[in-house]
Amino acid sequence: MKSAVVTFPASNCNRDMFDALEKITGKTPYQIWHQDSEIPDVDLIALPGGFSFGDYLRCGAMAARSPAIKAIALHAERGGNVIGVCNGFQVLTEMGLLPGALMRNSSLKFVCKTVHLQVENTLTNFTNAYTKGQVIDIPVAHHDGNYFADEDTLKMLETNGQIPFRYVSKAGEATASASPNGSQNNIAGIINERGNVLGMMPHPERLIEDVQGGTDGRGFFESIINTLK
Amino acid sequence: MTKINWNNNPEITDDLVKEHGLSVDEHKLMIKILGRKPTLTELGIFSVMWSEHCSYKSSKLHLKTLPTEAPWVIHGPGENAGVIDIGDNQAAIFKMESHNHPSYIEPYQGAATGVGGILRDVFTMGARPIANMNALRFGSPEHPKTRHLLSGVVEGIGGYGNCVGVPTIGGETNFHPSYNGNILVNAMAVGLADQDKIFLSAAAGVGNPVIYVGSKTGRDGIHGATMASAEFTEDNEEKRPTVQVGDPFTEKLLIEACIELMSTDMVVAIQDMGAAGLTSSSVEMASGGGVGFTINLDNVPQREENMTPYEMMLSESQERMLVVLKPDRVGEAEAIFKKWDLDFAVIGEITETGNLTLLFEGKTVADIPTQPLADNSPEYDRPWIKTEIQPTIDAFDIPIPNDFRDTLLKMINSSELSSREWIWQQYDHQVMADTIQIPGGDAAVVRVHGTDKALAISTDCTPRYCYADPFEGGKQAVAETWRNLTAVGAQPLAITDCLNFGNPERPDIMGQFVGAIEGIREACTVLDYPVISGNVSLYNETNGTGIHPTPAIGGVGLLKDSSKMITIAPKNEGDVIMLIGECTGHLGCTQYLNIIEGREEGAPPPVDLALERKNGDFVRAQIQNRKITACHDVSDGGLFITLSEMVLAGGRGLEITLNNGNIPIHAYGFGEDQARYVISASPNDVNDIKTAANDANVTLEMLGLVTGHTLDVKNIFTITLNELLDAHGTWMPKYMSNED
Repeated sequence: MKSAVVTFPASNCNRDMFDALEKITGKTPYQIWHQDSEIPDVDLIALPGGFSFGDYLRCGAMAARSPAIKAIALHAERGGNVIGVCNGFQVLTEMGLLPGALMRNSSLKFVCKTVHLQVENTLTNFTNAYTKGQVIDIPVAHHDGNYFADEDTLKMLETNGQIPFRYVSKAGEATASASPNGSQNNIAGIINERGNVLGMMPHPERLIEDVQGGTDGRGFFESIINTLK
Repeated sequence: MTKINWNNNPEITDDLVKEHGLSVDEHKLMIKILGRKPTLTELGIFSVMWSEHCSYKSSKLHLKTLPTEAPWVIHGPGENAGVIDIGDNQAAIFKMESHNHPSYIEPYQGAATGVGGILRDVFTMGARPIANMNALRFGSPEHPKTRHLLSGVVEGIGGYGNCVGVPTIGGETNFHPSYNGNILVNAMAVGLADQDKIFLSAAAGVGNPVIYVGSKTGRDGIHGATMASAEFTEDNEEKRPTVQVGDPFTEKLLIEACIELMSTDMVVAIQDMGAAGLTSSSVEMASGGGVGFTINLDNVPQREENMTPYEMMLSESQERMLVVLKPDRVGEAEAIFKKWDLDFAVIGEITETGNLTLLFEGKTVADIPTQPLADNSPEYDRPWIKTEIQPTIDAFDIPIPNDFRDTLLKMINSSELSSREWIWQQYDHQVMADTIQIPGGDAAVVRVHGTDKALAISTDCTPRYCYADPFEGGKQAVAETWRNLTAVGAQPLAITDCLNFGNPERPDIMGQFVGAIEGIREACTVLDYPVISGNVSLYNETNGTGIHPTPAIGGVGLLKDSSKMITIAPKNEGDVIMLIGECTGHLGCTQYLNIIEGREEGAPPPVDLALERKNGDFVRAQIQNRKITACHDVSDGGLFITLSEMVLAGGRGLEITLNNGNIPIHAYGFGEDQARYVISASPNDVNDIKTAANDANVTLEMLGLVTGHTLDVKNIFTITLNELLDAHGTWMPKYMSNED
């Protein structure tokens, strides 16, 4: 699997994403600078976490207008896989590749902790290595992860199985206290209708080795490899 | 001699000199160095360079006595940060620094720029920052400002560290009324570099260009260093304009651009513009290299219009660096900074004069010999009196609680011993994906990226001990970091110290300082644990009342094999719990006395450094041999609190039987005797551990077993895990949401 990691000026999880992809796919990913207007032919483009342009405006708003964005959109349009984690998810919504928006956490505070996610749909490009209903532990670290969409969009996401990851309690219940940010319907991640673009707030790239406290993030990357087989 | 332009220069009156915080004698010395009266710009430069904050004039006599050398120390104090050898041509670079006064005036920006400043101290030496830590002290929880200050400081630390993408992996927080008018915000940064790629500040090479990079210069922070060198009074709110504003986005760009620049061979010297901005950076670079600097201030990138030389030299605008490049490399360097959208300007060159010569609008506005400015700064032997020794409290004179269960729950639900999760969940403690021990344990641990090694880091100080006995308190602060690093399995290597005290012109305060330094010196010597960097913050007083003496210590240790790291959480049902170290039931100065009896008195627990070393070396060896499954040092609150924290961390119960002998149970359970650890081990390894303890002449006592979900101290109390979780976890969230 050939992959590429995009770096905006204040991306700060680009190295973590790069390392995770390299360790799991066995191939060195390409690095794309936000000013690059051409992107090599790859199977997956990853938009990493961080603060892209400081995010003093809306998170990801400036990044979504970078020169590299056109090529990323074209890649998605051709059916190529795109993932956005944390700030990357915010950029994907700002680009319009995914519906909805990520608002300030309901606590109004930055939150970094390990949360439980339920894998609801295992038929996607990004979740097929997990079992349906599996509860996995993945860290979050964000100030603006409170997912919001209008009612029609939410209904569409729910009906089409476009919500692969939901915040749940340890017992697997989507309670209000299980969500670290107040997102609608406890949404942690969504995919587009076509199924090739995913955005999620939690960081699977931070949990791929035992020494990091667990390996629940590996399945995410392994799913993409499975998809491309 | 250069002709000085005296146009528009006000007369330097005695009052003006006094306003700049310089004494009559310092004024005379300044005139002697210059050979004439100073210009206003020169007065400003002398005032910041000779401020307490920059010159250490009250403290350096004593700081010189600290041990700073060991075979693994590459650079000790004197550089931007200290550097130690961690093997494989790699180095750990670290320092802790205070940002107390700005954080009290404007908590968010004060704390944020504190983090920014310490990060620059580390990456200016060629290191990639890999961890942030902090040590925070607030006033009493009942004080009307405490919530606002705590909330702002935590948001500021998070706001900055989270954006630059350096994990904030731990720290400590205390509350005490002595900080009501003067909180302490001490930030520590740790970086990683290759030993052959370490950059220093000493400039060299006559004719080499001097480059300014980073943010533009504005009028913010003028006289910040002077503010940090004076007591607070009621009008300190008016000092808000002297607090700088941080921009973590620019810092992130600056980190990446500087690391890219330093990966080439074009840098001669590099220095961040910290306290006293362009002044201290240029003076330190020039004096350090024995050369002169000519700077054309017209070329300094400016954010505001009509800035004067005085303002430019004293501005503390953030996220700026000064670089001396090799000749003919300017274009290459400029391309890097252009890529990162940062200002880049050639503002001067190295000269052979030894002077800092400032040009503005074609005229010379300052011309100061840098060597005497930097090196002949005043040094005072301030009068001091030894702190009176407090009486040792007899445990039999302290009432025994009727209900140990209630007492313990009250203690872990207190401001001092409750969970700090509310704080550290606001910090991204996992970015960089190398954090292998998150906050909440004895020490935080980060992997050395791409290797099997890891660095353990801990910040510690017990100010109530230091107030009662600065010497024992100084020893204890060092010993506690050493113990915390040991408890995760690391070999402690070196410390940075951040010495927060009141007004040194008062002999009692100076006595606290001298006592603490003596204690730190003794502990560092016995533990082979030198001081490699640090910072002194004096005048932490408001309206004449000083803070508790707070020599915060940041310790760094190495785990050669990170897979051997352990935590405070017992892992397996049936593991055996043991206590390492002697218990005498020392109740003086303890959290028990403070929280339950409302008394802050008595001598603190003495620190026997030889015993500390013996017990610690034993525990570390057992961890290295993979004989121990969990370990927690015994500190604030004593044995019962230690056991409670182990239950909380592991989610497993403990069944404990006490062998307190003649010691009253409350003294045994809540006493704070030093040099102790609680360990757990598989039953199969217990005999080996006992034999090893016997051979090493280490006191080991069997305490009980890991079992169930209850802390059950036989015949004394039983508390369930859920009750502990509730008591420990709720104090701070409730307090911060104003529900108390």
